[in-house]
Amino acid sequence: MTAKLENRLNDMIDQIKAGGAPKYHEKNAAQNKMFVRERLERLFDEGEFSVEDALFANNEAGNLPADGVVTAMGKVGGQTVCVMANDSTVKAGSWGARTVEKIIRIQEIAQRLKVPMLYLVDSAGARITDQIDMFPNRRGAGRIFYNQVKMSGMVPQICLLFGPSAAGGAYIPAFCDVVIMVDQNASMYLGSPRMAEKVIGEKVSLEEMGGARMHCSVSGCGDILAQSEKEAIELARNYLSYFPANYKQKPIMKEPKPPVDGRALEEIVPENQNVPFDMYELISRIVDDGSFFEIKKLFAGEIITGLARIEGRTVGIVANQPKVKGGVLFVDSADKAARFITLCDAFSIPLIFLADVPGFMIGTKVERAGIIRHGAKLIAAMSDVTVPKLSVIVRKAYGAGLYAMAGPAFEPDCCIALPTAQIAVMGPEAAVNAVYSNKINEIEDPKERMLFVQQKQQEYKEHIDIYKLASEMIIDDIVAPSRLRETLHHRLRFLESKEMTFSERKHPVYPV
Amino acid sequence: MKEINANMAGTVLNVLVNKGEGVSPGQLVVVLESMKMEIPIESTVEGTVTDIKVGIGDFVNEGDTLVILT
Repeated sequence: MTAKLENRLNDMIDQIKAGGAPKYHEKNAAQNKMFVRERLERLFDEGEFSVEDALFANNEAGNLPADGVVTAMGKVGGQTVCVMANDSTVKAGSWGARTVEKIIRIQEIAQRLKVPMLYLVDSAGARITDQIDMFPNRRGAGRIFYNQVKMSGMVPQICLLFGPSAAGGAYIPAFCDVVIMVDQNASMYLGSPRMAEKVIGEKVSLEEMGGARMHCSVSGCGDILAQSEKEAIELARNYLSYFPANYKQKPIMKEPKPPVDGRALEEIVPENQNVPFDMYELISRIVDDGSFFEIKKLFAGEIITGLARIEGRTVGIVANQPKVKGGVLFVDSADKAARFITLCDAFSIPLIFLADVPGFMIGTKVERAGIIRHGAKLIAAMSDVTVPKLSVIVRKAYGAGLYAMAGPAFEPDCCIALPTAQIAVMGPEAAVNAVYSNKINEIEDPKERMLFVQQKQQEYKEHIDIYKLASEMIIDDIVAPSRLRETLHHRLRFLESKEMTFSERKHPVYPV
Repeated sequence: MKEINANMAGTVLNVLVNKGEGVSPGQLVVVLESMKMEIPIESTVEGTVTDIKVGIGDFVNEGDTLVILT
Protein backbone atom coordinates (compact mmCIF):
# COMPACT_ATOMS: atom_id res chain seq x y z
CA MET A 1 0.00 0.00 0.00
CA THR A 2 1.30 3.39 -0.87
CA ALA A 3 1.95 5.95 1.80
CA LYS A 4 -0.58 8.17 0.05
CA LEU A 5 -3.41 5.69 0.58
CA GLU A 6 -2.47 5.17 4.18
CA ASN A 7 -2.32 8.89 4.81
CA ARG A 8 -5.75 9.33 3.33
CA LEU A 9 -7.12 6.66 5.69
CA ASN A 10 -5.42 8.13 8.75
CA ASP A 11 -6.55 11.65 7.91
CA MET A 12 -10.07 10.46 7.58
CA ILE A 13 -9.96 8.56 10.88
CA ASP A 14 -8.56 11.62 12.65
CA GLN A 15 -11.20 13.80 11.12
CA ILE A 16 -14.05 11.50 12.13
CA LYS A 17 -12.70 10.98 15.64
CA ALA A 18 -12.57 14.74 16.14
CA GLY A 19 -16.38 14.86 16.00
CA GLY A 20 -18.32 18.01 15.08
CA ALA A 21 -17.16 21.56 14.48
CA PRO A 22 -15.04 23.32 17.17
CA LYS A 23 -17.91 25.63 18.17
CA TYR A 24 -19.93 22.62 19.31
CA HIS A 25 -17.00 21.37 21.36
CA GLU A 26 -16.82 24.80 23.00
CA LYS A 27 -20.53 24.71 23.72
CA ASN A 28 -20.09 21.27 25.29
CA ALA A 29 -17.25 22.47 27.49
CA ALA A 30 -19.26 25.51 28.59
CA GLN A 31 -21.95 23.11 29.88
CA ASN A 32 -19.36 21.01 31.73
CA LYS A 33 -19.85 18.22 29.23
CA MET A 34 -17.10 15.93 28.04
CA PHE A 35 -16.62 14.98 24.41
CA VAL A 36 -18.07 11.54 23.68
CA ARG A 37 -14.64 9.93 23.16
CA GLU A 38 -13.42 11.32 26.46
CA ARG A 39 -16.46 9.79 28.18
CA LEU A 40 -15.64 6.41 26.69
CA GLU A 41 -12.01 6.67 27.66
CA ARG A 42 -13.07 7.23 31.28
CA LEU A 43 -15.66 4.48 31.16
CA PHE A 44 -13.35 1.76 29.84
CA ASP A 45 -10.54 0.22 31.88
CA GLU A 46 -7.34 2.17 31.53
CA GLY A 47 -4.79 0.63 29.18
CA GLU A 48 -7.28 -1.93 27.86
CA PHE A 49 -8.15 -2.22 24.17
CA SER A 50 -11.56 -1.47 22.72
CA VAL A 51 -13.12 -2.07 19.32
CA GLU A 52 -15.33 0.32 17.42
CA ASP A 53 -17.58 -0.49 14.47
CA ALA A 54 -18.93 1.74 11.69
CA LEU A 55 -16.60 4.62 12.42
CA PHE A 56 -17.07 5.50 8.76
CA ALA A 57 -20.87 5.48 8.92
CA ASN A 58 -22.28 8.23 6.71
CA ASN A 59 -18.78 9.53 5.93
CA GLU A 60 -20.04 10.50 2.48
CA ALA A 61 -22.23 13.15 4.04
CA GLY A 62 -19.05 14.95 5.02
CA ASN A 63 -20.43 16.74 8.08
CA LEU A 64 -21.78 13.82 10.12
CA PRO A 65 -18.77 12.05 11.67
CA ALA A 66 -19.69 8.48 12.67
CA ASP A 67 -23.28 9.62 12.10
CA GLY A 68 -23.36 11.12 15.58
CA VAL A 69 -22.94 7.95 17.62
CA VAL A 70 -20.01 5.84 18.78
CA THR A 71 -20.68 2.11 19.16
CA ALA A 72 -17.97 -0.01 20.73
CA MET A 73 -16.95 -3.03 22.76
CA GLY A 74 -14.68 -2.42 25.70
CA LYS A 75 -13.79 -3.56 29.20
CA VAL A 76 -15.20 -2.32 32.49
CA GLY A 77 -13.74 -3.82 35.65
CA GLY A 78 -12.23 -6.56 33.49
CA GLN A 79 -15.63 -7.51 32.02
CA THR A 80 -16.64 -7.04 28.38
CA VAL A 81 -19.39 -4.49 27.74
CA CYS A 82 -21.10 -3.05 24.66
CA VAL A 83 -21.72 0.68 24.45
CA MET A 84 -23.57 3.20 22.36
CA ALA A 85 -22.71 6.83 22.98
CA ASN A 86 -24.28 9.85 21.32
CA ASP A 87 -21.98 12.57 20.07
CA SER A 88 -23.62 15.86 20.96
CA THR A 89 -21.14 17.79 18.77
CA VAL A 90 -22.68 16.19 15.68
CA LYS A 91 -26.10 17.72 15.02
CA ALA A 92 -26.83 17.72 18.76
CA GLY A 93 -26.50 13.93 18.86
CA SER A 94 -29.60 13.51 16.72
CA TRP A 95 -30.47 10.21 15.04
CA GLY A 96 -30.31 9.51 11.32
CA ALA A 97 -30.79 6.16 9.58
CA ARG A 98 -27.21 4.98 10.16
CA THR A 99 -27.21 6.19 13.77
CA VAL A 100 -30.16 3.92 14.41
CA GLU A 101 -28.64 1.00 12.50
CA LYS A 102 -25.43 1.32 14.51
CA ILE A 103 -27.33 1.26 17.80
CA ILE A 104 -29.35 -1.78 16.70
CA ARG A 105 -26.16 -3.62 15.66
CA ILE A 106 -24.35 -3.05 18.94
CA GLN A 107 -27.46 -4.27 20.78
CA GLU A 108 -27.41 -7.40 18.65
CA ILE A 109 -23.76 -7.94 19.55
CA ALA A 110 -24.51 -7.53 23.26
CA GLN A 111 -27.22 -10.17 22.91
CA ARG A 112 -24.94 -12.61 21.10
CA LEU A 113 -22.07 -12.13 23.54
CA LYS A 114 -24.46 -11.92 26.51
CA VAL A 115 -22.67 -8.93 27.98
CA PRO A 116 -23.93 -5.70 29.61
CA MET A 117 -25.16 -2.94 27.30
CA LEU A 118 -24.55 0.70 28.20
CA TYR A 119 -26.34 3.67 26.68
CA LEU A 120 -24.53 7.00 27.00
CA VAL A 121 -27.34 9.31 25.99
CA ASP A 122 -27.02 12.96 24.95
CA SER A 123 -29.35 13.44 22.02
CA ALA A 124 -31.88 15.89 20.65
CA GLY A 125 -33.87 12.99 19.14
CA ALA A 126 -34.74 12.08 15.58
CA ARG A 127 -33.59 14.04 12.53
CA ILE A 128 -37.04 14.85 11.24
CA THR A 129 -35.66 15.37 7.74
CA ASP A 130 -34.59 11.70 7.73
CA GLN A 131 -37.75 10.30 9.25
CA ILE A 132 -38.75 7.86 6.50
CA ASP A 133 -35.26 6.30 6.68
CA MET A 134 -35.01 6.04 10.45
CA PHE A 135 -38.44 6.08 12.06
CA PRO A 136 -41.09 3.63 10.91
CA ASN A 137 -39.44 0.64 9.24
CA ARG A 138 -38.40 -2.79 10.52
CA ARG A 139 -34.99 -1.57 11.51
CA GLY A 140 -36.13 1.92 12.43
CA ALA A 141 -35.79 3.50 15.86
CA GLY A 142 -38.62 1.41 17.26
CA ARG A 143 -36.37 -1.63 16.93
CA ILE A 144 -33.97 -0.12 19.50
CA PHE A 145 -36.70 -0.20 22.13
CA TYR A 146 -37.92 -3.62 21.00
CA ASN A 147 -34.37 -4.91 21.47
CA GLN A 148 -34.14 -3.29 24.89
CA VAL A 149 -37.28 -5.07 26.03
CA LYS A 150 -35.92 -8.34 24.65
CA MET A 151 -32.59 -7.82 26.44
CA SER A 152 -34.17 -6.80 29.74
CA GLY A 153 -33.18 -9.37 32.34
CA MET A 154 -30.83 -11.11 29.87
CA VAL A 155 -27.96 -8.67 30.32
CA PRO A 156 -27.64 -5.59 32.53
CA GLN A 157 -28.69 -2.43 30.67
CA ILE A 158 -27.43 0.84 32.04
CA CYS A 159 -28.27 4.37 30.94
CA LEU A 160 -26.02 7.32 31.63
CA LEU A 161 -27.91 10.47 30.84
CA PHE A 162 -25.59 13.39 30.12
CA GLY A 163 -27.95 15.63 28.20
CA PRO A 164 -31.44 15.56 26.81
CA SER A 165 -33.32 12.40 26.04
CA ALA A 166 -36.30 13.71 24.19
CA ALA A 167 -39.58 12.41 22.79
CA GLY A 168 -39.20 8.81 21.54
CA GLY A 169 -35.58 8.83 22.69
CA ALA A 170 -36.79 9.17 26.27
CA TYR A 171 -37.72 5.51 26.13
CA ILE A 172 -34.06 4.42 26.08
CA PRO A 173 -33.66 5.23 29.79
CA ALA A 174 -37.16 3.94 30.49
CA PHE A 175 -36.19 0.43 29.34
CA CYS A 176 -32.85 0.33 31.15
CA ASP A 177 -32.32 -1.35 34.53
CA VAL A 178 -30.83 1.80 35.99
CA VAL A 179 -30.66 5.45 34.93
CA ILE A 180 -27.85 7.67 36.17
CA MET A 181 -28.59 11.34 35.50
CA VAL A 182 -26.21 14.30 35.65
CA ASP A 183 -27.73 17.15 37.66
CA GLN A 184 -28.55 20.29 35.64
CA ASN A 185 -27.59 18.75 32.26
CA ALA A 186 -29.65 15.57 31.97
CA SER A 187 -33.33 15.72 31.11
CA MET A 188 -36.11 13.45 29.92
CA TYR A 189 -39.38 14.52 28.41
CA LEU A 190 -41.84 13.51 25.71
CA GLY A 191 -42.60 17.09 24.72
CA SER A 192 -40.22 20.02 25.31
CA PRO A 193 -41.37 23.08 27.29
CA ARG A 194 -41.70 24.91 23.96
CA MET A 195 -43.98 22.18 22.67
CA ALA A 196 -45.96 22.08 25.90
CA GLU A 197 -46.64 25.80 25.59
CA LYS A 198 -47.72 25.48 21.97
CA VAL A 199 -49.85 22.37 22.32
CA ILE A 200 -51.41 22.54 25.78
CA GLY A 201 -50.67 26.12 26.80
CA GLU A 202 -48.49 25.24 29.80
CA LYS A 203 -45.59 27.51 30.74
CA VAL A 204 -42.91 25.55 32.54
CA SER A 205 -39.12 25.34 32.77
CA LEU A 206 -37.19 22.34 31.48
CA GLU A 207 -35.74 21.65 34.91
CA GLU A 208 -39.17 21.64 36.52
CA MET A 209 -40.77 19.45 33.88
CA GLY A 210 -38.04 17.03 32.93
CA GLY A 211 -34.88 17.82 34.88
CA ALA A 212 -32.60 15.25 36.47
CA ARG A 213 -33.51 16.13 40.06
CA MET A 214 -37.22 15.99 39.34
CA HIS A 215 -36.92 12.56 37.71
CA CYS A 216 -34.76 11.18 40.55
CA SER A 217 -37.03 12.47 43.33
CA VAL A 218 -40.57 12.84 41.95
CA SER A 219 -41.30 10.78 38.82
CA GLY A 220 -38.98 7.89 39.67
CA CYS A 221 -37.74 7.72 36.04
CA GLY A 222 -34.19 8.41 37.25
CA ASP A 223 -32.37 6.20 39.76
CA ILE A 224 -29.20 8.03 40.70
CA LEU A 225 -28.41 11.75 40.58
CA ALA A 226 -24.75 12.48 39.80
CA GLN A 227 -23.13 15.87 40.32
CA SER A 228 -20.83 15.58 37.30
CA GLU A 229 -20.19 13.42 34.27
CA LYS A 230 -17.07 12.07 35.93
CA GLU A 231 -19.11 10.97 38.94
CA ALA A 232 -21.80 9.44 36.70
CA ILE A 233 -19.19 7.31 34.91
CA GLU A 234 -17.62 6.22 38.21
CA LEU A 235 -21.09 5.25 39.48
CA ALA A 236 -21.76 3.17 36.36
CA ARG A 237 -18.43 1.35 36.76
CA ASN A 238 -19.17 0.69 40.42
CA TYR A 239 -22.74 -0.44 39.69
CA LEU A 240 -21.48 -3.02 37.18
CA SER A 241 -19.14 -4.51 39.79
CA TYR A 242 -22.19 -5.96 41.59
CA PHE A 243 -23.53 -7.71 38.50
CA PRO A 244 -22.71 -10.78 36.46
CA ALA A 245 -22.41 -10.37 32.68
CA ASN A 246 -25.78 -12.02 32.11
CA TYR A 247 -28.65 -13.96 33.70
CA LYS A 248 -26.80 -17.29 33.42
CA GLN A 249 -23.88 -16.19 35.56
CA LYS A 250 -23.49 -15.23 39.20
CA PRO A 251 -22.06 -11.98 40.59
CA ILE A 252 -18.32 -11.97 41.18
CA MET A 253 -17.03 -12.25 44.77
CA LYS A 254 -15.03 -9.29 46.02
CA GLU A 255 -12.54 -8.94 48.84
CA PRO A 256 -14.52 -9.24 52.14
CA LYS A 257 -14.42 -6.21 54.44
CA PRO A 258 -15.70 -5.80 58.00
CA PRO A 259 -18.57 -3.35 58.46
CA VAL A 260 -17.90 0.23 59.50
CA ASP A 261 -17.37 0.81 63.23
CA GLY A 262 -20.16 2.40 65.21
CA ARG A 263 -22.97 1.84 67.66
CA ALA A 264 -24.09 -1.73 68.18
CA LEU A 265 -27.38 -2.85 66.67
CA GLU A 266 -28.85 -3.21 70.17
CA GLU A 267 -28.39 0.53 70.66
CA ILE A 268 -29.67 1.49 67.21
CA VAL A 269 -33.06 -0.24 67.35
CA PRO A 270 -35.45 1.28 69.94
CA GLU A 271 -37.73 -1.11 71.79
CA ASN A 272 -40.71 1.22 71.56
CA GLN A 273 -42.21 0.24 68.21
CA ASN A 274 -43.63 3.71 67.57
CA VAL A 275 -40.36 5.62 67.87
CA PRO A 276 -38.42 6.15 64.63
CA PHE A 277 -34.77 5.23 64.07
CA ASP A 278 -32.40 5.43 61.11
CA MET A 279 -32.36 2.18 59.11
CA TYR A 280 -29.23 3.33 57.22
CA GLU A 281 -27.29 2.98 60.45
CA LEU A 282 -28.47 -0.61 60.86
CA ILE A 283 -27.60 -1.44 57.25
CA SER A 284 -24.10 0.00 57.66
CA ARG A 285 -23.50 -2.39 60.57
CA ILE A 286 -24.33 -5.55 58.60
CA VAL A 287 -22.74 -4.89 55.18
CA ASP A 288 -19.07 -4.66 54.16
CA ASP A 289 -17.68 -1.18 54.75
CA GLY A 290 -18.27 1.11 51.78
CA SER A 291 -20.21 -1.51 49.83
CA PHE A 292 -23.71 -0.02 50.05
CA PHE A 293 -24.79 1.22 46.61
CA GLU A 294 -28.19 2.81 46.86
CA ILE A 295 -30.76 2.84 44.08
CA LYS A 296 -33.46 5.56 44.07
CA LYS A 297 -32.14 7.29 47.17
CA LEU A 298 -34.13 10.47 46.53
CA PHE A 299 -37.38 8.70 45.67
CA ALA A 300 -39.88 7.22 48.18
CA GLY A 301 -37.45 7.41 51.11
CA GLU A 302 -39.75 5.35 53.36
CA ILE A 303 -38.25 2.26 51.75
CA ILE A 304 -34.54 1.77 51.12
CA THR A 305 -33.27 -0.30 48.19
CA GLY A 306 -29.61 -0.91 47.46
CA LEU A 307 -26.88 -3.31 46.47
CA ALA A 308 -24.27 -4.26 49.02
CA ARG A 309 -21.81 -6.99 49.95
CA ILE A 310 -21.67 -9.27 52.95
CA GLU A 311 -18.25 -10.91 53.31
CA GLY A 312 -17.62 -10.09 49.66
CA ARG A 313 -20.91 -11.53 48.33
CA THR A 314 -23.33 -9.29 46.43
CA VAL A 315 -26.77 -8.91 48.03
CA GLY A 316 -29.79 -6.72 47.39
CA ILE A 317 -31.28 -5.01 50.42
CA VAL A 318 -34.92 -3.96 50.77
CA ALA A 319 -35.47 -2.17 54.08
CA ASN A 320 -38.23 -0.08 55.60
CA GLN A 321 -37.08 3.32 56.85
CA PRO A 322 -39.00 4.18 60.05
CA LYS A 323 -37.42 7.64 60.00
CA VAL A 324 -39.33 8.64 56.86
CA LYS A 325 -43.14 8.56 56.93
CA GLY A 326 -42.92 6.00 59.71
CA GLY A 327 -41.71 3.39 57.22
CA VAL A 328 -45.28 3.03 55.98
CA LEU A 329 -45.64 1.62 52.44
CA PHE A 330 -47.09 3.99 49.83
CA VAL A 331 -47.79 3.76 46.11
CA ASP A 332 -44.28 4.93 45.17
CA SER A 333 -42.50 2.82 47.79
CA ALA A 334 -44.29 -0.29 46.51
CA ASP A 335 -43.22 0.53 42.94
CA LYS A 336 -39.66 1.23 43.98
CA ALA A 337 -39.26 -2.03 45.91
CA ALA A 338 -41.03 -4.14 43.25
CA ARG A 339 -38.68 -2.89 40.56
CA PHE A 340 -35.55 -3.44 42.66
CA ILE A 341 -36.61 -6.98 43.57
CA THR A 342 -37.10 -7.77 39.88
CA LEU A 343 -33.63 -6.39 39.11
CA CYS A 344 -31.91 -8.54 41.74
CA ASP A 345 -33.86 -11.67 40.84
CA ALA A 346 -32.96 -11.29 37.15
CA PHE A 347 -29.23 -11.31 37.89
CA SER A 348 -28.93 -13.90 40.66
CA ILE A 349 -28.50 -11.39 43.47
CA PRO A 350 -29.80 -12.76 46.82
CA LEU A 351 -32.35 -10.53 48.54
CA ILE A 352 -32.41 -9.51 52.18
CA PHE A 353 -35.57 -7.92 53.55
CA LEU A 354 -35.27 -5.84 56.73
CA ALA A 355 -38.77 -5.32 58.06
CA ASP A 356 -39.96 -2.56 60.36
CA VAL A 357 -43.28 -1.69 58.81
CA PRO A 358 -46.62 -0.52 60.22
CA GLY A 359 -48.31 -1.66 56.99
CA PHE A 360 -49.59 -0.05 53.82
CA MET A 361 -50.90 3.51 54.10
CA ILE A 362 -54.65 3.93 54.45
CA GLY A 363 -56.98 6.86 53.74
CA THR A 364 -58.77 8.41 50.78
CA LYS A 365 -55.72 9.81 49.07
CA VAL A 366 -53.90 6.49 48.66
CA GLU A 367 -57.02 4.44 47.94
CA ARG A 368 -57.81 6.77 45.04
CA ALA A 369 -54.23 6.40 43.83
CA GLY A 370 -54.72 2.62 43.72
CA ILE A 371 -52.56 1.57 46.67
CA ILE A 372 -54.02 -1.95 46.47
CA ARG A 373 -53.00 -2.29 42.84
CA HIS A 374 -49.51 -0.96 43.57
CA GLY A 375 -49.11 -3.06 46.70
CA ALA A 376 -50.04 -6.10 44.64
CA LYS A 377 -47.14 -5.30 42.31
CA LEU A 378 -44.70 -5.45 45.19
CA ILE A 379 -46.15 -8.64 46.64
CA ALA A 380 -46.17 -10.28 43.19
CA ALA A 381 -42.55 -9.32 42.47
CA MET A 382 -41.43 -10.55 45.90
CA SER A 383 -43.35 -13.85 45.56
CA ASP A 384 -41.90 -14.55 42.15
CA VAL A 385 -38.29 -14.40 43.35
CA THR A 386 -36.19 -17.54 42.87
CA VAL A 387 -32.88 -16.16 44.23
CA PRO A 388 -32.13 -16.71 47.93
CA LYS A 389 -34.74 -14.71 49.86
CA LEU A 390 -33.96 -13.87 53.48
CA SER A 391 -36.55 -12.17 55.61
CA VAL A 392 -35.43 -10.38 58.77
CA ILE A 393 -38.08 -8.99 61.12
CA VAL A 394 -36.27 -6.11 62.81
CA ARG A 395 -39.24 -4.69 64.73
CA LYS A 396 -42.88 -4.55 63.80
CA ALA A 397 -44.28 -6.26 60.73
CA TYR A 398 -47.97 -5.51 60.68
CA GLY A 399 -50.69 -6.53 58.27
CA ALA A 400 -49.83 -6.77 54.59
CA GLY A 401 -46.51 -5.15 55.50
CA LEU A 402 -45.41 -8.59 56.72
CA TYR A 403 -46.42 -10.06 53.37
CA ALA A 404 -44.64 -7.36 51.34
CA MET A 405 -41.41 -7.92 53.31
CA ALA A 406 -41.23 -11.62 52.42
CA GLY A 407 -43.14 -12.95 55.42
CA PRO A 408 -43.34 -16.69 56.16
CA ALA A 409 -46.16 -17.43 53.68
CA PHE A 410 -44.06 -16.22 50.76
CA GLU A 411 -41.51 -18.99 50.97
CA PRO A 412 -38.50 -17.04 52.12
CA ASP A 413 -35.50 -19.31 52.67
CA CYS A 414 -35.72 -18.15 56.24
CA CYS A 415 -37.73 -15.73 58.32
CA ILE A 416 -35.60 -14.70 61.27
CA ALA A 417 -36.43 -12.22 64.00
CA LEU A 418 -34.49 -9.89 66.23
CA PRO A 419 -35.71 -9.93 69.86
CA THR A 420 -37.45 -6.59 69.13
CA ALA A 421 -39.63 -8.21 66.43
CA GLN A 422 -43.39 -7.95 66.60
CA ILE A 423 -45.54 -9.75 64.03
CA ALA A 424 -49.27 -9.08 64.00
CA VAL A 425 -52.25 -8.08 61.90
CA MET A 426 -51.96 -4.71 63.63
CA GLY A 427 -50.17 -3.12 66.59
CA PRO A 428 -51.49 -3.47 70.16
CA GLU A 429 -53.02 0.04 70.30
CA ALA A 430 -54.97 -0.37 67.08
CA ALA A 431 -56.00 -3.95 67.86
CA VAL A 432 -57.39 -3.16 71.32
CA ASN A 433 -59.32 -0.20 69.92
CA ALA A 434 -60.74 -2.36 67.15
CA VAL A 435 -61.78 -5.31 69.32
CA TYR A 436 -62.97 -3.53 72.47
CA SER A 437 -64.15 -0.17 71.13
CA ASN A 438 -67.74 -0.56 72.50
CA LYS A 439 -66.52 -1.79 75.85
CA ILE A 440 -63.97 1.02 76.17
CA ASN A 441 -66.68 3.61 75.47
CA GLU A 442 -68.97 2.08 78.13
CA ILE A 443 -66.43 2.59 80.92
CA GLU A 444 -67.14 6.02 82.33
CA ASP A 445 -64.31 6.43 84.84
CA PRO A 446 -61.25 7.61 82.83
CA LYS A 447 -58.80 5.90 85.16
CA GLU A 448 -60.64 2.63 84.99
CA ARG A 449 -60.85 2.96 81.20
CA MET A 450 -57.11 3.52 80.94
CA LEU A 451 -56.38 0.51 83.13
CA PHE A 452 -58.69 -1.66 81.02
CA VAL A 453 -56.95 -0.57 77.80
CA GLN A 454 -53.51 -1.14 79.31
CA GLN A 455 -54.47 -4.59 80.51
CA LYS A 456 -55.89 -5.60 77.12
CA GLN A 457 -52.79 -4.24 75.35
CA GLN A 458 -50.60 -6.26 77.67
CA GLU A 459 -52.60 -9.42 76.96
CA TYR A 460 -52.34 -8.72 73.26
CA LYS A 461 -48.57 -8.24 73.45
CA GLU A 462 -48.23 -11.57 75.25
CA HIS A 463 -50.35 -13.20 72.58
CA ILE A 464 -48.02 -12.02 69.80
CA ASP A 465 -44.81 -12.50 71.80
CA ILE A 466 -41.95 -13.38 69.50
CA TYR A 467 -40.98 -16.47 71.55
CA LYS A 468 -44.53 -17.72 71.20
CA LEU A 469 -44.26 -17.26 67.42
CA ALA A 470 -40.94 -19.09 67.44
CA SER A 471 -42.54 -21.89 69.46
CA GLU A 472 -45.25 -22.15 66.80
CA MET A 473 -42.43 -22.23 64.20
CA ILE A 474 -43.88 -19.19 62.41
CA ILE A 475 -40.37 -17.82 62.43
CA ASP A 476 -37.27 -19.95 61.97
CA ASP A 477 -34.99 -18.31 64.49
CA ILE A 478 -34.55 -15.48 66.95
CA VAL A 479 -31.15 -13.89 66.52
CA ALA A 480 -29.22 -11.56 68.79
CA PRO A 481 -28.61 -8.29 66.89
CA SER A 482 -24.86 -8.73 67.35
CA ARG A 483 -25.06 -12.00 65.41
CA LEU A 484 -27.23 -10.79 62.52
CA ARG A 485 -24.42 -10.22 60.01
CA GLU A 486 -22.81 -13.54 60.82
CA THR A 487 -26.04 -15.51 60.51
CA LEU A 488 -26.90 -13.83 57.19
CA HIS A 489 -23.44 -14.65 55.89
CA HIS A 490 -23.69 -18.31 56.91
CA ARG A 491 -27.14 -18.68 55.42
CA LEU A 492 -26.06 -17.02 52.16
CA ARG A 493 -23.25 -19.53 51.84
CA PHE A 494 -25.59 -22.50 52.31
CA LEU A 495 -28.05 -21.00 49.87
CA GLU A 496 -25.52 -20.76 47.06
CA SER A 497 -26.80 -23.94 45.41
CA LYS A 498 -30.44 -22.86 45.55
CA GLU A 499 -32.22 -23.58 42.29
CA MET A 500 -35.93 -23.41 41.75
CA THR A 501 -38.67 -22.68 39.25
CA PHE A 502 -41.45 -20.60 40.71
CA SER A 503 -44.43 -21.68 38.66
CA GLU A 504 -45.51 -23.47 35.50
CA ARG A 505 -46.87 -21.03 32.92
CA LYS A 506 -45.95 -18.66 30.13
CA HIS A 507 -45.86 -15.58 32.36
CA PRO A 508 -48.02 -14.11 35.08
CA VAL A 509 -50.77 -11.61 34.41
CA TYR A 510 -48.84 -8.81 36.07
CA PRO A 511 -50.73 -6.58 38.50
CA VAL A 512 -49.34 -3.41 36.87
CA MET B 1 -42.66 32.83 52.18
CA LYS B 2 -41.88 29.16 52.63
CA GLU B 3 -44.25 26.45 53.73
CA ILE B 4 -43.59 23.30 55.67
CA ASN B 5 -46.14 20.70 54.61
CA ALA B 6 -47.35 17.37 55.95
CA ASN B 7 -45.70 14.53 54.02
CA MET B 8 -48.52 12.14 54.88
CA ALA B 9 -52.01 12.15 56.35
CA GLY B 10 -52.23 11.98 60.15
CA THR B 11 -52.96 13.80 63.39
CA VAL B 12 -50.82 16.55 64.90
CA LEU B 13 -49.13 15.12 68.00
CA ASN B 14 -46.90 18.07 68.85
CA VAL B 15 -45.85 21.49 67.56
CA LEU B 16 -42.28 22.31 68.54
CA VAL B 17 -41.90 25.90 67.32
CA ASN B 18 -43.48 29.24 68.21
CA LYS B 19 -44.32 32.27 66.14
CA GLY B 20 -41.30 34.51 65.66
CA GLU B 21 -38.85 31.71 66.27
CA GLY B 22 -35.98 31.09 63.85
CA VAL B 23 -35.59 27.61 62.39
CA SER B 24 -32.73 25.98 60.52
CA PRO B 25 -32.72 23.15 57.97
CA GLY B 26 -33.11 19.75 59.61
CA GLN B 27 -34.81 21.19 62.70
CA LEU B 28 -37.81 19.26 64.00
CA VAL B 29 -40.88 21.53 63.81
CA VAL B 30 -43.94 19.28 64.06
CA VAL B 31 -44.56 15.66 65.06
CA LEU B 32 -47.49 13.91 63.43
CA GLU B 33 -49.03 10.66 64.47
CA SER B 34 -50.05 8.39 61.64
CA MET B 35 -50.49 4.64 61.38
CA LYS B 36 -49.66 4.56 65.12
CA MET B 37 -46.19 5.91 64.35
CA GLU B 38 -44.54 9.17 65.30
CA ILE B 39 -43.76 11.04 62.10
CA PRO B 40 -41.15 13.77 62.61
CA ILE B 41 -41.52 16.73 60.23
CA GLU B 42 -38.30 18.66 59.78
CA SER B 43 -37.75 22.02 58.14
CA THR B 44 -35.83 21.82 54.89
CA VAL B 45 -35.07 25.54 54.85
CA GLU B 46 -33.94 28.37 57.09
CA GLY B 47 -36.42 31.03 58.16
CA THR B 48 -38.55 32.63 60.85
CA VAL B 49 -41.94 31.22 61.82
CA THR B 50 -44.69 33.68 60.84
CA ASP B 51 -47.68 31.41 61.19
CA ILE B 52 -48.63 28.03 62.60
CA LYS B 53 -51.57 26.55 60.74
CA VAL B 54 -52.31 23.55 62.95
CA GLY B 55 -52.90 22.67 66.58
CA ILE B 56 -52.42 19.50 68.57
CA GLY B 57 -55.06 16.92 67.63
CA ASP B 58 -55.87 18.38 64.20
CA PHE B 59 -56.19 16.01 61.25
CA VAL B 60 -53.97 16.96 58.32
CA ASN B 61 -53.90 15.51 54.84
CA GLU B 62 -50.79 14.91 52.78
CA GLY B 63 -49.61 18.26 51.41
CA ASP B 64 -51.45 20.41 53.99
CA THR B 65 -49.51 23.41 55.29
CA LEU B 66 -48.28 23.08 58.88
CA VAL B 67 -46.00 26.05 59.40
CA ILE B 68 -45.22 29.18 57.38
CA LEU B 69 -41.76 30.75 57.40
CA THR B 70 -40.30 33.88 55.91
